[in-house]
Amino acid sequence: MTTAAPTGAAGFLARYEGLKDHLPGARKPWLNTLRADAAVHFAARGFPTRRVEQWKYTDLGVVAQAHFAEPLTMVEGALALPVPNAPHRAVFVDGRFREDLSTLDGLAYRALGLAQNLNEAEPYLGALAKPEREPLAALNTMLFEDGLFIDIPEGVDGGLLELVSIALDPGRPFAFHPRHLVRLGAGATLTLIETATGRGQCLHNPVFEIEVAEGATLTHGRLLQEEATVFHLSTIYATIAAAGTYDNFTVAAGPRLTRNEIHAALTGPKAACHMNGAQMAADGQHVDTTTSLDHAAPDCASRQTYKTVLTGRSRGVFQGKILVRREAQKTDGYQMNQALLLSEEAEIDSKPQLEIYADDVKCSHGATVGALDADSLFYLRTRGIPESQAKAMLVEAFLHEAVETVTDETLRGALTRALDAWWSRQAAVA
Amino acid sequence: MLRIEGLTAEIDGKEILKGIDLEVPTGEVHAIMGPNGSGKSTLSYVLSGREGYEVTAGTATLNGVDILAMEPEERAAAGLFLAFQYPVELPGVGNATFLRTALNAVRKGRGESELDAMQFLKLARQRMTALSMPEDMLKRGVNVGFSGGEKKRNEILQMALLQPSMAILDETDSGLDIDALKIVSDGVNAMRGPNFSALVITHYQRLLDYIVPDRVHVLMAGRIVKSGGPELAKELEAQGYASVQAAA
Ligand SMILES: Nc1ncnc2c1ncn2[C@@H]1O[C@H](COP(=O)(O)OP(=O)(O)OP(=O)(O)O)[C@@H](O)[C@H]1O
Ligand SMILES: [Mg+2]
Repeated sequence: MTTAAPTGAAGFLARYEGLKDHLPGARKPWLNTLRADAAVHFAARGFPTRRVEQWKYTDLGVVAQAHFAEPLTMVEGALALPVPNAPHRAVFVDGRFREDLSTLDGLAYRALGLAQNLNEAEPYLGALAKPEREPLAALNTMLFEDGLFIDIPEGVDGGLLELVSIALDPGRPFAFHPRHLVRLGAGATLTLIETATGRGQCLHNPVFEIEVAEGATLTHGRLLQEEATVFHLSTIYATIAAAGTYDNFTVAAGPRLTRNEIHAALTGPKAACHMNGAQMAADGQHVDTTTSLDHAAPDCASRQTYKTVLTGRSRGVFQGKILVRREAQKTDGYQMNQALLLSEEAEIDSKPQLEIYADDVKCSHGATVGALDADSLFYLRTRGIPESQAKAMLVEAFLHEAVETVTDETLRGALTRALDAWWSRQAAVA
Repeated sequence: MLRIEGLTAEIDGKEILKGIDLEVPTGEVHAIMGPNGSGKSTLSYVLSGREGYEVTAGTATLNGVDILAMEPEERAAAGLFLAFQYPVELPGVGNATFLRTALNAVRKGRGESELDAMQFLKLARQRMTALSMPEDMLKRGVNVGFSGGEKKRNEILQMALLQPSMAILDETDSGLDIDALKIVSDGVNAMRGPNFSALVITHYQRLLDYIVPDRVHVLMAGRIVKSGGPELAKELEAQGYASVQAAA
């Protein structure tokens, strides 16, 4: 009798059992404990199902039923890297840091491969992630091999840094779970542009632990542009201290299934968090943005604007939770979710969730869902502009509006190009 | 030449145009006046191809070509232009991009070469100066935050760029101050010539002092009930529509 390789959660647990003595840091007791605890949580919960409230609209069934192997051993030699967005970049192939492909010389701070620098990372690894709450973070903790460890000292301007993730197609399904740690000391700044590309049947399951200290500012642009065979499930944990700012802008335009999950906590007075993005899905694709903002200190501001564009038979999800704790007086919270449905079969689920325990707060949220405006379309066409081009102009206008808030020009340029590239691909198949 | 014969049209099953007969010969400017709700805008929409209007009978041709079967953009390429009563705001679409895209689309449709950014800018600046429009209006979103009068001027700018052979101006004078009325009228008059015709929809005789029409038509309850020379507008201004109704 032959036994089939276990799939889904069981497959990953079996993989952990087999690999645990070989994973990076296998001889470090603290890390072994971290991984073992995560394995217990993952074994208990498995992949989330739609019965779980936070996963009500996103079905991970295909992921849970698939059999994902490890990435192959290091691929040597030349690779087609995406066009750089910044002079400094850290390149990861199949989740593994590639110093040979990276350009990190001359940085005024540390940007290192995690696997080789676990001792330095020890105090921060696992400090923010909640494997007991999020099974995907448990899976990541259990099996991560590598990641980027950024540590910017107090007062240092880190400039622009690019994090490139490339997944190669080994011809069989594989999974990788990078763990990225980003720390900004008091008053430090950084613009981090993350580009994810990849092909083949793969699961990219990154976890970020981001710490923004007093008065520091992190701008985090994300371009999730993997091909339509890729599952991209990312979880970000961010904590923002007094007068610090975390600015996240995500373009999700490509993968078969994207989950962009962000947990941000404003822990000191006058901290700010901006979470914006544009998510797009074409026929057969699913995009999900799930945010949760914890206002735990007074005088903090949060702004969220997400735009969704759906074509064909596709599905979009936006879930946004804002928790305002009793001590978070004078909170200024705003959340807006706008969706443009370009086909009859496209569907969007939108769930704002406000939990407010302070009495002196300003919190608003709104959502719009609609097709392209018929009057606008007619107006353009009476000016001689063909229907398809008129539609493209209106979709671009809708998306570009989302990007207008991005002040960093390099980042805005990269985001705009990603949006336009997606739309021209849709126009080409239509 | 625009020729409309026996045109009836309905929206949501409600008949609005009840048999319109109208001819605007090439080189002429005609005015349409009529009470609120009589169907003036409806006529302009039906001629430009707006969705939701069903033509139940009749024909409309521009220079001998049936326009009712065409897409709106094809009508534009064929030489038709509509200045909207209520121009649409397009947030996120830059006015310059919009104008250049429109101009090049129409030029392409007419078999003419497209203009590059520099050529376009030169032409646009020239036309804007004539209309006393500040150049920063090119940078803004189409009609976004424009005042009522600025929107109307932007419509005339589009007309001046697209060079239609037949323009329908739907209450372009409403919302214009006295100076703007003169500027816009000059803009229309500058286009007058043997290859340009216009249908000017208005409620006010005042506009017709500046844009002197060859003919004036009165549209009431979906029909042209009276036509005459420019003096008809003055007559209406003095006596209102009741006199026409009584006579009709
Ligand atoms: N969707 C609709 N369903 C039913 N009736 C409509 C619809 N749209 C317009 N109408 C009606 O058609 C009639 C003609 O409207 P239209 O806008 O053409 O009038 P108008 O002559 O341009 O008036 P005004 O001078 O006020 O601009 C009006 O009675 C209007 O209420
Ligand atoms: Mg009208």
